[in-house]
Amino acid sequence: MKKKYSIFSLAKNALSGHKDWQKMWRSPEPREFYDVIIIGGGGHGLGTAYYLAKEHGLKNIAVIEKGWLGGGNTGRNTTIIRSNYLWDDSAHLYEHSLKLWENLSSELNYNVMFSQRGVMNLAHNEHDIKEIKRRVSANNLNGIDSFWLSKEEIQKKVPIMNTDNLRYPVLGASYQPRGGVARHDAIAWGFAMRADEMGVDIIQNCEAHQIRTKNGTIEGVETSKGFLRANKVGVVASGHTGVLAESAGIRLPLQSKPLQALVSEPIKPIIDTVVMSSAVHAYVSQSDKGELVIGAGTDSYNSFTQRGGFNIIEDTIRAMVELYPVFGKMKMLRQWGGIVDICPDASPIISKCDIDGLFFNCGWGTGGFKATPGSANVFAHTIAKNEPHQINSAFNLDRFASGRLVDEHGAAAVAH
Amino acid sequence: MLIINCPYCGPRDQSEFSNGGEAHVKRPDGSKEIGDREWGEYVFIRANPKGLFYERWVHTHGCRKWFNCVRDTSTDEILVTYKLDEKKPNLNNFKSVVKTPSGEPEVGSGNFTVEK
Repeated sequence: MKKKYSIFSLAKNALSGHKDWQKMWRSPEPREFYDVIIIGGGGHGLGTAYYLAKEHGLKNIAVIEKGWLGGGNTGRNTTIIRSNYLWDDSAHLYEHSLKLWENLSSELNYNVMFSQRGVMNLAHNEHDIKEIKRRVSANNLNGIDSFWLSKEEIQKKVPIMNTDNLRYPVLGASYQPRGGVARHDAIAWGFAMRADEMGVDIIQNCEAHQIRTKNGTIEGVETSKGFLRANKVGVVASGHTGVLAESAGIRLPLQSKPLQALVSEPIKPIIDTVVMSSAVHAYVSQSDKGELVIGAGTDSYNSFTQRGGFNIIEDTIRAMVELYPVFGKMKMLRQWGGIVDICPDASPIISKCDIDGLFFNCGWGTGGFKATPGSANVFAHTIAKNEPHQINSAFNLDRFASGRLVDEHGAAAVAH
Repeated sequence: MLIINCPYCGPRDQSEFSNGGEAHVKRPDGSKEIGDREWGEYVFIRANPKGLFYERWVHTHGCRKWFNCVRDTSTDEILVTYKLDEKKPNLNNFKSVVKTPSGEPEVGSGNFTVEK
């Protein structure tokens, strides 16, 4: 049954002490056979199932997840959304996603709390200024809202920022007003609920052990709940995608590393936009609860520990305190790491492969959250039609043989 | 933060070292014959296992020498470090704590130091 959320349903359930809310999705036991199995119950995977059911009429779909929904990188990122990428291919992909974000709460009838509060990328030296201005111009040519802000304009928007008295002074910034943040759990839950309504089986605590293939064709997935046969399998397992690909004999150009973030104690509203800085390596926004959400960098070595090295946080905090001396005495509440899969060109892979019926959506590295609906949308198209959507055709696996990379190391807002 | 045993200087703090990625990667023979795909694999693809991993480190802020290492990427435990001209250790000598390919080890990351 379709679940509707409104001011009336809220009032009605408030009267009964919020005890009668329906479950948002079923928890079925897996069937023996599915048309499509998606491995990975994060935003990208659940979104893929949602669009497969909604736009491509497939009904016999399962999403399998080894933990709980959105417990991986969907629940571990700093929720920043923007589309100000340099190259046309990336700009189209991330802008496609941003446009879906803008309508997602009403499409899902579920509040994903998308808040377009603007995203600022700071310039700290002559080279930054040139690079960022070039990126602003490239964005404008692609029809993406992007502006250059002078130091005075930055000071007006973020008065707490120390622009002058630091080793690398703030000289200007790019600004994308349509960028912002969203609620990370809500995107997973919203997609899960609406996919479930269309008959998608969401199976949690079901770990994929091995992708089985026969004569170059997919057979199914060996899982902790038994073998599930499938016509098609989409792997959207972020840091673990490489491990699963290996089980099917496919080597992907991915390296898995911990990426850390931390939040402070909650405070009154103090910063109403997102500020990112590549040169001094810190980015910050304030959540609706009042916590500062701070993003750090990746470790230099491969690891699956969801923890990360202390020296990485130390660097980030040092930069934060220099940029915002007012935060100097704040306490940090929590720190965590997520395992990101980094591609050599810092762009994703949304592609089929040598095995018929096996598809990969991976390599999002340090910036996949913003792309969640767009990535899911074009990945669903790729799986359903057996060929890429125009938007993701450049993000294939062949580019590592042809050399046609989409080099976005500069637009990954902080250098990792 | 890791303590890394440099084969030349002994145990030092991780901040003195830089990571060099997978070790024992061999440049393919017959560079005129092999195709774009094989070259692409050599240039872009590196092993990325969850579990035992051969990797390289350099003691950047110390003796500045390169050396190899076997580390468990599921716990970050460093099992052995060895010089570049030493034979690579057999991975069967070490116990992998990961039971399923993408499963979590029983002892959490970093906690192996407490456990032992």
